[in-house]
Amino acid sequence: MTDIAILTLDQLSVRLPAGADRSHAVSGASLSVAANEILCVVGESGSGKSIMANAVMRLLPGGVDIDGGRVMFEGRDLASASAAEMRKVRGAGIAMVFQEPMTALNPLRSIGDQIGEMFAIHNNLSKKDIRARVLALLDDVRIADPKAAAQAYPHELSGGQRQRAMIAMALALDPRLLIADEPTTALDVTTQAQILTLIRELQSRKKTAVLFITHDFGVVAEIADRVAVMQHGVIVEQGTTSAVLNNPQHPYTRELIAAVPPLTAPPPRLLSDDIILTIDNVSKTYRTGGFLGRGARVTEAVKAVSLKLPRGATLGIVGESGSGKSTLARCIIRLIDPDAGSILLDGADWARMPKEDVRRQTRHMQMVFQDPFGSLNPRRKAEELVAQGPIIHGTPRDQALAEARELFALVGLDPAAGDRYPHEFSGGQRQRIGLARALALHPDVLVADEAVSALDVSVQAQVLKLLADLRERLGLSIIFITHDLRVAAQICDLVAVMKNGEVVEHGLAGEVFGNPQHPYTRALLASIPGGDFAREHSLA
Amino acid sequence: MAAIRRYFRSPAAVIGLVLLLIVIGMAISAGWLYPRDPLALAGRPLIWPFSNPRFLLGTDNSGRDIAAQIFYGARISLLIGGAATAIAIAIGIMIGAFAGYYGGWIDNVLMRVTEAFQTLPNFVLLLVLVAVFGSTLTTVTIAVGVVSWPAPARLTRAEFLSLRNREFVQAGRTLGMKDVQLILGEILPNALPPVIVYASVVMAVAILLESALAFLHLSDPNVASWGNLIGLGRDVLRVQWYVSAIPGLAILFTVLAVSLVGQGLNDALNPRLKAR
Repeated sequence: MTDIAILTLDQLSVRLPAGADRSHAVSGASLSVAANEILCVVGESGSGKSIMANAVMRLLPGGVDIDGGRVMFEGRDLASASAAEMRKVRGAGIAMVFQEPMTALNPLRSIGDQIGEMFAIHNNLSKKDIRARVLALLDDVRIADPKAAAQAYPHELSGGQRQRAMIAMALALDPRLLIADEPTTALDVTTQAQILTLIRELQSRKKTAVLFITHDFGVVAEIADRVAVMQHGVIVEQGTTSAVLNNPQHPYTRELIAAVPPLTAPPPRLLSDDIILTIDNVSKTYRTGGFLGRGARVTEAVKAVSLKLPRGATLGIVGESGSGKSTLARCIIRLIDPDAGSILLDGADWARMPKEDVRRQTRHMQMVFQDPFGSLNPRRKAEELVAQGPIIHGTPRDQALAEARELFALVGLDPAAGDRYPHEFSGGQRQRIGLARALALHPDVLVADEAVSALDVSVQAQVLKLLADLRERLGLSIIFITHDLRVAAQICDLVAVMKNGEVVEHGLAGEVFGNPQHPYTRALLASIPGGDFAREHSLA
Repeated sequence: MAAIRRYFRSPAAVIGLVLLLIVIGMAISAGWLYPRDPLALAGRPLIWPFSNPRFLLGTDNSGRDIAAQIFYGARISLLIGGAATAIAIAIGIMIGAFAGYYGGWIDNVLMRVTEAFQTLPNFVLLLVLVAVFGSTLTTVTIAVGVVSWPAPARLTRAEFLSLRNREFVQAGRTLGMKDVQLILGEILPNALPPVIVYASVVMAVAILLESALAFLHLSDPNVASWGNLIGLGRDVLRVQWYVSAIPGLAILFTVLAVSLVGQGLNDALNPRLKAR
């Protein structure tokens, strides 16, 4: 790794508009990426890592400007380059891959067209040459059928294939530097593993320098040669991957690494023999389109799922997107009506209960939602949101508000903050409000649907700790839906793995993770980025 | 409130508000400045404006004070504009909320009815209603309201469609809220801003519709309205054009004021749209 630096940032500062939460998105950042090297920039949301990447490309939003330092690329300072010079650098010299391939691709043009456009803009090639090059590129990124993929439109490809097409487009002109901004964050864990392998392989073959932005230390362990850790716009630590991961110097780095969920399950707890919730043969099928049954698309979202939840235990339901885990959660809480099967809670069958009864019984079963921004009504104060449930079920308003303030303290929020609106809280705090709202009705069963997935690792760790703590104190039984096996390993007593609507394996968390029986479970576990690191890390 | 501060940052919105306040001031002070019946004979007919200090804006073809009619007319325009808008928005929100919230066949039926209303030109429908039910002030106001609800209904439905599947609505459902509580307490407050903004358009159109009706001598002839005065001036348009022009200007400024206030509200309530 002693090659000359392709890109050097020298004391780069990026100013934010007045009234932002800090004056600079990036302050005094210095780093360099050499050819044939992957530098990972890690940080939590709001650390300025994406702004820094965009500053290199000079693609900053309005009101955000570079106000100091240099961006040296091939002997030129990009911070002061003209717009025309930048156009030549973008795509040809530096290419970029984004988080969400669906929004980065034009939905109205075929994949082949969009990749070919790179040549049309920067080179003078005949149509035939362009076509040949596009097919070669698609073959390079290991798309199964390059000819078909070139003719396909973005919506016809899977998320992983789209990201491969994006990478093909980025590498079309053999750029010296590839900037990848969270390229695998929106992908399932098995697809993520494939894309990471692909980037690593292409990088070593083409000797490209890669600046890889991520929030996930697992991904860092998997792919990086060197690491830069960012906090509040400042690079707090830089070094080789093994040095930073195994011997972190800065307290913030240590904190982040400590917050990475270990992959091994905690020692098993004693589970009660008393089954509080029995899910028996629950199925849900969606039928869309078609007239009188002709040409209709039938999707079996949940296929005959049977599970049991002991009182006081946590049952994790894990699976990739489209596995039916969220549909199952919504069937359990009757936001969706299941087609068949029964859901028994204290002798009552929730699957067949009339809607009006569900409304009255709902205090026994409550849900915590994924999105801390979307799940709170923006026009209600926090304490009102929490008090709403008890008020509906007949608690006098003053008493409900007083209880809401007690719940605030219970979930670790300042009770005095109750008269603020949701947008005045951070993501983690909002998730605590959502939790308090669910707990206000003193439920027996709590269904948490990806409740920590939208949070930064350090916040995620805090909320998980809170959940485990509340489980002990309130005797809650929890159904915990997640796509993240590392999170599931931490909090769940029992784990059920779902694939295409079916439960392929279920059992004690320690057994499922320690000795997986089903090939799909094994594939999932093998795909976790930085799996070895996570295992070692959990032993330390 | 941040929205109020944003509103006063826009000069156009402030001008609109000032104009609207002047019109409201005219409506309030009419009885005090002109204690006599504005439709009573006051002097010689067709006195030009600014030629007789007793009749600052002159007199019409029957010798009635134009200034008095303008001041009293402000009451009628604001009354019809306000009441008709309230009726149209109320019907629109109700139909739009039900259609958007429940979807399925309820949505289908309500939207087909809405489209049936939309395919008929507003004004033709208004003429039919006035022809059938007569042209008192009350029927004209209700008729204007009844022909103006389809657009707010569609707008409300669109908002409800996008909001009803949001997680906070689902959260309300898991808390055990009834449909009415979800519609009124959770979704409607979030769906309201664009509808409020659109209300200003409905109000401007309602004022214009009443004037058009009066121009055809089909509005209530027993009240002093700007439209009636324009209709009256039609007979002497070529020489004493001011009889029609003065109430015309009053309508122009009122509609302008309402539109500017609506635009200002839009920018104040949806600040992100304006930054683009």
